[in-house]
Amino acid sequence: MAVITYIQAITDALREEMHRDKSVFLLGEDIGQYGGAFRVTQGFLQEFGAERVMDTPLSESAIIGVAAGAAMAGFRPVAEMQFMDFITVGFNQIVNICAKMHYRAGLKVPLVIRGPSGGNVHGGPFHSQNPEAWFVRVPGLKVVAPSTPYDAKGLLKAGIRDNNPVLYFEHKYLYRRIKEEVPEEDFIVPIGRGEIKRSGKDVTVITYAAMVHVALEAAEELSREGVEVEVVDLRSLLPYDKELILDSVRRCSRVLLLHEDTLTGGLAGEWAGYIGENAFEDLDAPIKRLASLDTPVPYAPPLEEYFLPNKEKVLKALRELLAY
Amino acid sequence: MPQSNAENALAEAAKFAFKIDDRDYGLKKEDYLKLLYFMKLTRSAENRIIKLYRQGKVVGGVYLGTGMEATSVGSAYALDFNKGDALFPLIRDLGAHFTFGQTPRVYFCQYLNRANSPTRGKDGNIHLSDPGKRIIGMISHLSAMIPPAVGWALAIKLRRQRGVVMNYIGNGGAQVGDFHEGLNFAAVHKAPLVLIIENNQYAYSTPNRLQYACERLSDRAIGYGIAGFHIDGTNVLEVYGTCRRAVERARAGEGPTLIEAVSMRMRGHSEHDDHKYVPKELLEEWARRDPIERYQAFLLEKGLLTPESLKTLESQVEGEIDEAVQFAENSPEPEPHTAAEGVYAD
Repeated sequence: MAVITYIQAITDALREEMHRDKSVFLLGEDIGQYGGAFRVTQGFLQEFGAERVMDTPLSESAIIGVAAGAAMAGFRPVAEMQFMDFITVGFNQIVNICAKMHYRAGLKVPLVIRGPSGGNVHGGPFHSQNPEAWFVRVPGLKVVAPSTPYDAKGLLKAGIRDNNPVLYFEHKYLYRRIKEEVPEEDFIVPIGRGEIKRSGKDVTVITYAAMVHVALEAAEELSREGVEVEVVDLRSLLPYDKELILDSVRRCSRVLLLHEDTLTGGLAGEWAGYIGENAFEDLDAPIKRLASLDTPVPYAPPLEEYFLPNKEKVLKALRELLAY
Repeated sequence: MPQSNAENALAEAAKFAFKIDDRDYGLKKEDYLKLLYFMKLTRSAENRIIKLYRQGKVVGGVYLGTGMEATSVGSAYALDFNKGDALFPLIRDLGAHFTFGQTPRVYFCQYLNRANSPTRGKDGNIHLSDPGKRIIGMISHLSAMIPPAVGWALAIKLRRQRGVVMNYIGNGGAQVGDFHEGLNFAAVHKAPLVLIIENNQYAYSTPNRLQYACERLSDRAIGYGIAGFHIDGTNVLEVYGTCRRAVERARAGEGPTLIEAVSMRMRGHSEHDDHKYVPKELLEEWARRDPIERYQAFLLEKGLLTPESLKTLESQVEGEIDEAVQFAENSPEPEPHTAAEGVYAD
């Protein structure tokens, strides 16, 4: 076992899968010669060659569509979006081709679209977004968002092996900030299964990606006051672990739904609906949501800080829940 | 600069001699007759769909390629399934489906939303996908199929195989972003693709002068660094010959070709479109250039066809269509619960 960063886990998963399965190839902008804007594929061109590490023109729609066509023809492409903000350029290819080919034509599209998303890196409106909610509402897609190196590695492997289009949202804030021991042997994290990152009983936080760590920090602090906060890391957003959510809510009775994505139309609304339908009687307080402001992601640090959820805001929300 | 829709389209018509010549395309007698057969099968199948639509037996939209059979048949005839070729057809390309191996039975089962269509009632009309026949059906967003066609072609190339992908786009669809992104990608990566622009003068009600400002869409090939051709889309032999050269070029690893095949959309965008925005004189002008009639006349003149063999062919075609319609009408509709199935692959 080695201690590796979140980004190293992604690199390792890609490398291992490319060795394991010759039908896996990578395509994207600047991934070959340059090694990727974030260095995820550094050295890959030399190791695997230009046909398996393809530098593409600047054309997100074509990158995704070409990946879809190659996937339909039997390959397992992994397409990189240099920033997940740019995924919108290929929105049609994802929601109308990747997501619907199997339903309407029996053709599977085993591709992965991966890239860095999320803010808190002074990226401004177009390098900081959390696009996942746009896609969770599309039947036919799978959407995942790991928060740890272990999950990053396991989920990417699972995504590559999945016969459906998988959108793999990496959180760029976590790239080099999070390290942990990750097994060198082959393992996957199943898509659709969340994980309790911290067991608790007084209140539960359902969340994913970078906010998992914010929730854990808040939980640490409340623990010193004798309150035990449970933190549920969904890991997969479509499908999402409904059983785990209900189990946690039933045991803790108070729930905070937390995500870095903006509030209105963010995934917390979906989870809240599900909890309201299925665990109403288990709740001792109304469901609470905490998310970024309903604005584009601002650039200036004081503005972005105001925009994003953080430990203080999570603590405030938890205290309100506990006081109800 | 043409002032009206009709002038523009007539100017298009005037560019061609509209003669079918007897250049050597390397075709045998049976090929000449097969080309006619597929065009007539296409015309007959579509005429039957119009009837079924008017009888209320077809729900949803009906989209036909009347007048464009030479383009769809001549192009697909240049493909070879056994060499690994694949077809990504568009709206007006029923002729390509048939030429590449699809059957009238499947066509009618698809339009009549039967459970035994390859789409199992999940998608309708000419969105007919049949992966077993390497026919990948379109989605409604035009030009969206170009990048996947390029991807499929790239897959062939990565496997060091010799297959070629043929895809189509319209004079309207060619203005959408994926046309640019897809074709550019194909050119850079030398994907074995033949992309045919079916320029039929209108995109729904929009005439070409409101659609693009260049003289010839095939000139865009220069911008992508590839070969482009501007041909008479109503001359099945010219279409076949041009496409065959493009297919051979792709097979030899020389990359994609852009072909602009010019014709006229003789009916509305769909059957619920009364087509009134097209001047009658224009339709009359193009009707005199009907691809099937001209080719038939050519074959009769060359002695490859006789009035008797033509009659036999026509009744054979009608018989096939009759049988196919009956088969489809006797096929079951999908079970309602199957609507929830097939969203994900295992």
